[in-house]
Amino acid sequence: MTSVTSHFAPPRLSLRLLAVWRRNFLVWRKLALPSIVGNLADPVIYMLGLGYGLGMLVPEVEGVSYIAFLAGGTLAYSTMNAATFEALYSGFSRMHTQKTWEAIMNAPVSLDDIVVAELLWAASKACLAGIAILAVIAAFGFAASPLALAAIPVIFLTGLCFAALGLIMTALAPSYDFFMYYFTLVITPMTLLSGVFFPQGQLPDAVRAVAEWLPLSHAVALVRPLLLGELPTQAGLHLAVLAGIAIAAFWLALGLTRKRLLK
Amino acid sequence: MSPLEISGLVKRFGEGPDAREVVRGLDLQLIPGECFALLGPNGAGKTTTLRCALGLTAASAGSIRLCGLPVPERARDARARVGVVPQLDSLDPDFTCAENLLVFAGYFGLPEREVRPRIPELLAFAGLEGKENARIQSLSGGMKRRLTLARALVNRPELLILDEPTTGLDPQARHLIWERLRRLTAEGTTILLTTHFMDEAERLANRLAIMDAGRILAQGSPREVIAAHIEPQVVEIFGEWQGEGAAAWAAAHAHALCQRCEVSGETAFCYTTDAAPLLAHLAQRPGLRSLHRPANLEDVFLKLTGRDLRD
Repeated sequence: MTSVTSHFAPPRLSLRLLAVWRRNFLVWRKLALPSIVGNLADPVIYMLGLGYGLGMLVPEVEGVSYIAFLAGGTLAYSTMNAATFEALYSGFSRMHTQKTWEAIMNAPVSLDDIVVAELLWAASKACLAGIAILAVIAAFGFAASPLALAAIPVIFLTGLCFAALGLIMTALAPSYDFFMYYFTLVITPMTLLSGVFFPQGQLPDAVRAVAEWLPLSHAVALVRPLLLGELPTQAGLHLAVLAGIAIAAFWLALGLTRKRLLK
Repeated sequence: MSPLEISGLVKRFGEGPDAREVVRGLDLQLIPGECFALLGPNGAGKTTTLRCALGLTAASAGSIRLCGLPVPERARDARARVGVVPQLDSLDPDFTCAENLLVFAGYFGLPEREVRPRIPELLAFAGLEGKENARIQSLSGGMKRRLTLARALVNRPELLILDEPTTGLDPQARHLIWERLRRLTAEGTTILLTTHFMDEAERLANRLAIMDAGRILAQGSPREVIAAHIEPQVVEIFGEWQGEGAAAWAAAHAHALCQRCEVSGETAFCYTTDAAPLLAHLAQRPGLRSLHRPANLEDVFLKLTGRDLRD
């Protein structure tokens, strides 16, 4: 039972996972306003600052104003950040510091339920943050088409993908400090290479070939055209990659978490 | 039906030559309605035994039935009928006292409308009347432990498991917890608790087991265990007479005056069925001070598990 194979067995779930999701939602609801402002302020300030500031120097990118170009990228990367922060810092607090998971496991809820609930919650919170950002973008007139609403399920999927990746880090983390490596070595380079701030065509060919496979690249490739009122090209491929990474990363995260906590 | 039946439990950590056996063939059978104490020094395997019993970690060998259900196969259903007070505080700091109880009840699938009317009663049981809206940060350590006890009762458990429930509490808080646990057993709840406080076990437990290094060394009612494992009277001797300390005195005289003598530092513990000759002998040596008392559980515990420090 304690062998490696059993740790990586498929999850066995129950609807009790909804109670775990609800617990996180109830905590969030208490702090919803500062939480939304926190998730909103940073990306919006960057978008407006860079969009209008740099936008004076760069009149057009791929046929639209720089700020309109930036809007889609901002929505995608801020969703990534919100999901990552939740899965890393808040997840680690609940798993390790506050022993919340330990308490829940004494009830008829399994660790599998808890980890799935954390995944869904981090994606939900990222989606809530994303909707707030989308609303600001729309208020500034950069998401005029009804197609922009189709970005909402995409950001939820983006949230799932990065929450799953984040949960791998949480399962491995000895302390909060560990997460700094993930941000500086993974998240920040990914933000710069995924076509958020400039088109990937500007990258050297070798870098670009790798960068195009980064999950954030796929999210940007879906969200940006939707905000501009266009249908994304190769939408199926982008969705499949995001979903595939989400599933694979979650499977790994669950196995590592079981290994850590069920010994 | 026994609320918890464990037979031949073995738990190993790691594999191959590095494997560490933490529980080594443990048998335990709780009687409905009793309070059973599992005593042991740090690292004896108490918490690991509880984790196995709840299905939170897989046993390496042996069989477990919790509330009549096989563990780990049906651990989830079994846990629905069990309450747990864990060793470390795990209350939700973002919620009030009442919210802690409501949210926890949600993990049992209990709807809010069913639990909310019971909250005043649960809080009163924990000595936290009127604390519905108090924040967790504002509670003392004893209050937190009592709220954790109330939380463990939201599902009206048949079996309540407490892992060192009074460690770190002041005497007032300990006595309140003891009183509540007695009330629960009087109402028919079975209790399994771990502790390393002998007085706690002696006061609360109908039966107890002393375990060390993953094995049960003695089991029975507190009186039975004391009667079976140790001489009934103890004379503790310390001080000095004519340049001779208690240790030197014990080396020279103890064997003739008592059945068994343990020396720890500069104190000699003499165990005997008849202390009169020993006390008469000591009366001639006023520098050697002594304390004569009946043997207790702690004496048995130290005899069985040794006097060496564990951590």
